[in-house]
Amino acid sequence: MKPNDVILNTVTKLAAVIIFTFSIDLFWAGHHFPGGGFIGGLTTAAGIVLLYLSFDIERIEKNLPIDYKKMAAIGVLIAIFTGLAGMIYGDNFLEQTFGYFNIPIFGETELATAVLFDVGVALAVIGTAVTIITSISEDEL
Amino acid sequence: MFDILMILSLVILTCAVLLNIFRVVKGPSSADRVQALDSIGINLIAGIAIFSVYMNTHAFFELILLIGILSFIGTIAFARFIERGVVIERKR
Repeated sequence: MKPNDVILNTVTKLAAVIIFTFSIDLFWAGHHFPGGGFIGGLTTAAGIVLLYLSFDIERIEKNLPIDYKKMAAIGVLIAIFTGLAGMIYGDNFLEQTFGYFNIPIFGETELATAVLFDVGVALAVIGTAVTIITSISEDEL
Repeated sequence: MFDILMILSLVILTCAVLLNIFRVVKGPSSADRVQALDSIGINLIAGIAIFSVYMNTHAFFELILLIGILSFIGTIAFARFIERGVVIERKR
């Protein structure tokens, strides 16, 4: 008899949205409140792992075609190039800057280049965590 | 008076966690242990909420949702391992 987990699939469809929204909130709150790239990426990886738990690997790979090893590599490259961008303008390596801009909806907002470094950290964390979990938990080689 | 109430409720939550740890150690089947671990997670959430009220800060509110998410995913993973034998299936 084929196993049937309707309750788990339905709860996952609702909870994955909440987990991804919470991870984006943690990522953007990292400059002034607790949060940041590392924990935001780890929460996103937890949401992806919940999708892998609820559905099978083939369906997730068909609907979410992301190579997580390349994602980790791209994250490290972004983090390095944001450090090199400080050297282009004559400062030290990993020199960060920020400025105040007028954005139509938000009004005057502080935009910092540390967000780009955080994007690299988050992509590296997501790629590493999901790669480890999916590679050690496959049931057949 | 308010501090005494908060500390008293933290002590009661600690007793609940200790009783859950007794169930984790003693529990005859592994389903008992998984349920006790889930209950420990919920008690930790309540403890963090009371502690952040006691410390008069809102720096720990993200931690509440985070422990909820991680406890949920961990319990589902344990339940799938007990029922099916594998955690993530290749093809259903």
